[in-house]
Parts: sequence; C-alpha cells; structure tokens
Amino acid sequence: MFRSRFTRRLPAVATVAGLALAVAACGGGSSDSAETAPRATAEQLDPNADLTKQSINITVWDGYTPKELPEKVKEKLKVSKMNVTLHATNEEAMTKLTVGGDSGIDVAFVSGQYAQALNEQGLLEPIHAELIPNLANLYPEATQLSYDKGNKYSVPYTWGTTGICYRTDLVKAKPTSWNDLLKPPAWAEKKVTMMTTERWLALPALKALGYSVNTDKDEEIAKVKELLVQQKPKLLQYDDTTFGDKLKSGEAIMVEAWDGWCPTTDEKKNIEFVVPKEGSDLWVDTMVIMKSSKNKEAAHAFINYVLDPEIHSWAAENINYKVPNKAAMEKVQVPEGSLLGIKPAELLNGESIIDLGQASTKYTRMSAEVTAR
Amino acid sequence: MTTSRGRHRLGALVFLAPGLTYIVVLVLVPLALVLSFTFFQRGRFGGVIYEFTTENFARAIDPLYLGVVGTSLKIAALTTLIALALGYPTAYLIARLPRRWKTIALIAIVLPFWTNFIIRMYAWIILLNGPGLVNSGFELFGLGPYELLYNQGAIVAGLLYSYLPLMVLPLYAAIEKLDPQLREASANLGASGFTTFRRVTLPLTLPGVLTGSMFVFVPSFANFVIPEMLGGGKTLMVGNLIRNEFLKARDWPFGSTLATALVAVLVLLLLAQAWAARRA
Repeated sequence: MFRSRFTRRLPAVATVAGLALAVAACGGGSSDSAETAPRATAEQLDPNADLTKQSINITVWDGYTPKELPEKVKEKLKVSKMNVTLHATNEEAMTKLTVGGDSGIDVAFVSGQYAQALNEQGLLEPIHAELIPNLANLYPEATQLSYDKGNKYSVPYTWGTTGICYRTDLVKAKPTSWNDLLKPPAWAEKKVTMMTTERWLALPALKALGYSVNTDKDEEIAKVKELLVQQKPKLLQYDDTTFGDKLKSGEAIMVEAWDGWCPTTDEKKNIEFVVPKEGSDLWVDTMVIMKSSKNKEAAHAFINYVLDPEIHSWAAENINYKVPNKAAMEKVQVPEGSLLGIKPAELLNGESIIDLGQASTKYTRMSAEVTAR
Repeated sequence: MTTSRGRHRLGALVFLAPGLTYIVVLVLVPLALVLSFTFFQRGRFGGVIYEFTTENFARAIDPLYLGVVGTSLKIAALTTLIALALGYPTAYLIARLPRRWKTIALIAIVLPFWTNFIIRMYAWIILLNGPGLVNSGFELFGLGPYELLYNQGAIVAGLLYSYLPLMVLPLYAAIEKLDPQLREASANLGASGFTTFRRVTLPLTLPGVLTGSMFVFVPSFANFVIPEMLGGGKTLMVGNLIRNEFLKARDWPFGSTLATALVAVLVLLLLAQAWAARRA
C-alpha cells in the first residue's frame, strides 16, 4: 500500500525521461486536438449489447485493484478480453490518455481534478447511470464531490483526507489545530515533519489562515510562505514518504499525513490521527470512461461490477483506503483505531484540490523560496 | 598509400560506431531536446506547448535561483576539498603498498559501490539520527544527543562518503605512475621530504588532483537525493530545483532551462580543468 501511494504522488524520474521523448516524438498535436474536440454528448448505448463481442481495457495504479480482477470480470461479464495497463502517477495516465488519438483505453483510474480536466477537454463519455445500477451503493455524499457534482462523468473509487498524525504518549497536548504543527510548542520543536509536495506543503498554512486550498492569490500565498519560513527552523524535516516510520521510532511526534498513511493500527496503539478544526482537503480517485472507447457498454458494466460491495470492499480491506461505497464499507471489518472509520460527512468537509493550471507555478516558487532559505 | 589510409579510416569508424551511436542517441539527442524545450511554454499536464517564448530565461535569472546555485557551489566545493584532503594521503599510501595489498586496498575503496546507493543512504540515516548509533555512542560518555542529521553537514557527509572513491582512484593512478627515481633525485640534491612533495610529487600528480576534483565536484553539485534524504529536504540544491520543476510543478520548459544552465556551468568547469591540466 505504501508503495502504491508513494508512486501515486511522486512520479519516477525514469517515467518523465521517457515521457519527454514520447511527447517530443508525438509533436504538439495533443493539446490542440484536445481543445478543439467536441464536448461530450451522450451517445445512445444499448443496455442489451452483446458483451462477448467487447473487450475491456483499463489503466490503473499498480496494486490498486485486486490481482484476479481480469479473470473475475471475464467470467462475470462474459467479455472477450480484459487488459490491465498500469500507471505510476496521474501525470503518466494523462500523457497516455491525451497524447495522440485513440489511447485504446476504455476505463481510466485518475484523481478527481484530473477527471475534471479530461472532461473539460471533451475526452470523457458521460456516465450512463441507467447502465450502472450499483451507483445506488454509493454514499449520498459521494455524489456531491465538487469537481463533478452528480457524478456526470466520473465514478469515485476511493477517497480520503490529510491531517495530523501524532504519538499520543509523546505529545503534551493533543493537536487540534494546524497551528500546533505550524507553530510547534517548545516540547515539539524539531520533532514535527511536513510534506514536501507543494500543494500539501501549503495546505496546513492555507487552512490555518482560512484560505481556500485552491487559492491563486499572490498575497495569500505570500502569507503562507511567511508562516512556513517561520516554521522551518522548528522542523525535523520535510518528508512525504517515511513520516509513519519516524513516528513509530519517536523521532517525530507530530506529522502532516494522508489518512491512509498514518499507522494508527500499529500494535502499540500510541498513534492517532486528527483532522484539524480549520478543515482539510478531500482527495478522490475516480473511474472515467473515455469518449474514444469502442466498448462503452462493457465499460459501464465493468464500473457497475467494481461498485459491487464484494469487489469494492477489497480496497478498504487490502490497501487501507476508504471507499465511497456504503454497501461495501458496511461489509468491512474496521480494525480498532483504523481510519477507515472516518465518516463520509466528515470527509466532505474537506475541500477538493483542483488543478490550477498556470497558477500552480506560484506554489512551486513559494516552495522553492521556503526550502532554499 | 591513400587506399591504406582509407581502409584505416573505415576500420576506425567500425570501432567508433557503438560509442558514437551511444553518444548521439543517449547524450546529444536528449541534450538537444532539453535545449529546445527551453524556448517553449508549459503544458498543463507536463510536456510542452510549442509556442516560442524567452520567458524561461528571464525567470531563471532570479536571486532565488542564483542563491540556490550559490548553496550548491558551497556544498560541492566543501565536499571536494575534504575529499581531496582525505583522498590524497589515502592514494599516496596505497601507491606505496606492496603489490598484493594494493589490490586489496583498491577493492576496499570501490567496495561500497557494490551496495545499492539508497540503502547506503538509509544506513547513514540510521547512524546519524536522534536515537541512532552515533548518538548512542555519545550517550555512553554522557554526551549529546546531537543534531547530526537533516542539516547541511549531513549532506556534505553523504556526498563525501558517496564520491570519495572517485577522488582516490585518479589520484592513485597519478601517484602510482610517478617515477620513484624523481623523488630520489630530489632527495639527493638536498631537498627535504616536504620540498620534494611540494616541488616534485604534487606538480606531477596535479592532473590526477584536477580529475579527481571534477569527479567529486560534478556529481555533488547536481545531486538531489542526498539533500532530500540526509538534508531532510531543508536545503535546496540545483538538482532538487530541476527535479521539482519536472516532477512536481510539471513545468518542463523551466526545468529544461535550469538543466541547461547547470550543464553550461559544468561544461565551463570542465574546460577550465582541461586548460589547467594542460598547463600543469
């Protein structure tokens, strides 16, 4: 689980080197063709289509769906074939889906803000709800996600948030606010860590100051920078990957963490997670159907199958991610202390991080200014 | 006469072909790509939009980035100096060992390369961190714990550890091939040991010193893994900056601009080294 999450957020160097060549080879056609492509218009789909004549091709993060899924899908849906290709990061998936004409992908797993961007470029088939009866299994909250209200072009697969993960036995007071992390008290100095990926580096300060996590206002980002510069000398380190281990060893006592990464189920039972009172983010990984798909009926049937509680609960049970599927979560045995118990209503208080386009360079610069000091 | 020379040239081409192909495909083409990206604009999902701009260069000349270059130069120079101070005596001693021991010593120098780099860095973390081995050692004497990790000192230690062999080997090669009779002649003419070293040994091994220094300086200057792992992400070096532009900001054109600047700095250094080596 750690590995898949790691690659999800932090692309591999090799990937980018490869992409550089791929993109260069394919020329600049991708962005133009995407922008001029027609908006998604619902195609007439046949609910009784003969699926044996269709195949299913998906792209997904490694380890994010059960290994035996292709066999099960073939057996259950009677499709002729199912191919699974893997991507390490959202960026890699986007390249696969946007460069060149038909990607050959029917269903793609990407994060919410990327689904939104794909739809803005007219690359997604609207979801035909009548072909996915299992949509009824979703929490009502899961249809109210800000990047796609009403699940018009995406279906959520997993969701979660960011908060403070801490050692109950080593803190003198339980953290409740992002300020506990941003202005650590004397007993926590040099024992806190922050994430380095820009948007999450900025998140605690943005929320503490009452700003949106998606702000592109220079003066707000400047305020965030000020807070982070003050905080820096009191940090143990910036860390995206090993903060869980740092907590276990006691080197760190409070860390900024994604919920799925906070080791609350550790046998010592001395680690807890809190979403600070100022609020946090909500991230969602979704399933989308490509407009270019030639197997749209099969694609809908596939998503319907994934939403089956038997299948969807796998992610919660095996990779410790919450799934927005009420029927599936009710099946799951939530271990004591597990964060799988966070309620959907709580999650929905979080603000979705959306892609900021050109403005995202402001965050890069801010993060460079903080770390270069 | 002409035919034999022609055949000679053909033969040379056959032998050069693999090397040339390698350089063209894996060095020149990527370099050309990086260079061309510097003139284009950022694509929304990474990649580039092929619209001409010179804005990337304007952005690069910025006190923020110059400061990062300064930090990187400082760290790389310090690493190189310490590596030289440690590496020269080591190479000198190895060169004077009996043949059998020489081989063993040289193997010992390159031995660390047999283990994965990341694992070796994790080993340093375990050695240096708060409850780590070094601090436990200090504790026995009632000292510490000290802050040994996640600072610039830890970065220098990591770089030094990683690249010291690259200093020792060229130095060893230079010292080894030094004719012992030269030193004897110097002694016979009344020079003290130190004078012999200063006037004979050092000048003659200077090319080795320069090569070793380059071998240490160049990868230290561009490293981004060690600042992240041992520096705790609190120090930004040029390599981190470039890595972040490509992988986090998805700003390939600006990342390419910074990378081009880095290559330019290093090429200048290599030219300076070549010039100095020829004069030496």
